Amino acid sequence: MEKKNGAKELILNGILFENPVFVLVLGTCPTLAVSTTLLGAISMGLAAMVVLICSNAVISLLRKVIPDTVRIPCYIVVIAGFVTLVQMIMHAYLPDLYELLGIYLALITVNCIILGRAEMFANKNSVGKSALDGLGMGLGFTVALTAMATVREVLGNASFFGIAIPFLEPFKIAFLTQPPGGFFVFGVMIALTSFITKGKYPKKKSFSCEGCPSAGVCGSKECAGCSSAPEAQEKGGEA
Amino acid sequence: MELFRSLVIILMGSVLVNNYVLSRFLGICPFLGVSKKLDQATGMGVSVIFVMIMATLATWPIQTFILDPLGLGYLQTIVFILVIAALVQFIEIVLKKFMPALHKSLGVYLPLITTNCAVLGVTINNINDGYNFLESIVAALGCGLGFLLAMVLFAGVRSRLDESDVPQHFKGLPITLISASIVALAFMGFGGIVENLFPAV
Repeated sequence: MEKKNGAKELILNGILFENPVFVLVLGTCPTLAVSTTLLGAISMGLAAMVVLICSNAVISLLRKVIPDTVRIPCYIVVIAGFVTLVQMIMHAYLPDLYELLGIYLALITVNCIILGRAEMFANKNSVGKSALDGLGMGLGFTVALTAMATVREVLGNASFFGIAIPFLEPFKIAFLTQPPGGFFVFGVMIALTSFITKGKYPKKKSFSCEGCPSAGVCGSKECAGCSSAPEAQEKGGEA
Repeated sequence: MELFRSLVIILMGSVLVNNYVLSRFLGICPFLGVSKKLDQATGMGVSVIFVMIMATLATWPIQTFILDPLGLGYLQTIVFILVIAALVQFIEIVLKKFMPALHKSLGVYLPLITTNCAVLGVTINNINDGYNFLESIVAALGCGLGFLLAMVLFAGVRSRLDESDVPQHFKGLPITLISASIVALAFMGFGGIVENLFPAV
């Protein structure tokens, strides 16, 4: 029973309280790029989830073998290996999706979510827990992408999963499907998340330098280049 | 002349029209994270240009002379990311040893560039677009310059943002993204500029 609770918590954590996109603000590049269509968003989310689960499990399995000093390159090799597998499988069986996602599929390798979870979670926890964390985070990523894509496709292109919605046609906001619209929707979504979840969970803790995917290689005291840390601390401090 | 013209088209196209940050969404993390101060933004931008060119110099021959003849194209992602990671480490060591002044100003940004998707993106795109060696280098330079331009412009926008009164939940990242959206909108104005400046003969 206790174990089940643990599993449930881990998955919920990934989807809601530590949503990698809206709360931890990791993996922004694919979020903005592939969220113009629902199909692209969901397939990207699932592809990243598969890589995340596998790499989390393998890294956790090897956490006592990998020397601490070279762990980041090791993680990158493991992740790149799984990304290549996913690429090959999609190229063989789902060529249309492979074309649709294009270069962003290869770029899952440098997606901060995956390296970030390896660094934050998988190298400290057991294999089972790490795989579940990967599942939770992957679902969170998919949910976030789907939410963004729903807004952008329905309001921007007047369609849902490629099926046209005729009565919305005269009102569609083409701006949303273009690059600036991606930034705009993402900004509004984060503000909305901050509004809904305010004060319900400890924010600051997860945003120390440790939470930054680059922390291992970074070494800078002020975290000058961390993608998430300075921003998030500022946000947490003001809430 | 024809060669020069095609190179200028690639350069202008990658700096203005297909700006990596603002229209292709690559390298968003450093764009949002390091653009708070102008000097940091410039330092990061210059480092990225440098690494992009070096990475292209290394990966293009690897793809053309090693991976393609041996039919190992599927290893592209793994090989490229390893080359970039090793290259960044190598550049850091060399700079530290021979150019301490430069290392001092760029050193902080170098490790972060390994996980910068724009660098991996440039190297893969150069292969996908079928550019030759010279074109690849020009494209890398253009993408780097575009990144620098976006960083510097955005640092200016953010310094103005500091003094403005923002709704509570939009403070921090959300308002930054909304301003990025407006900057990206401005860049969309460059669409078509290349075709019209250099009409097809």
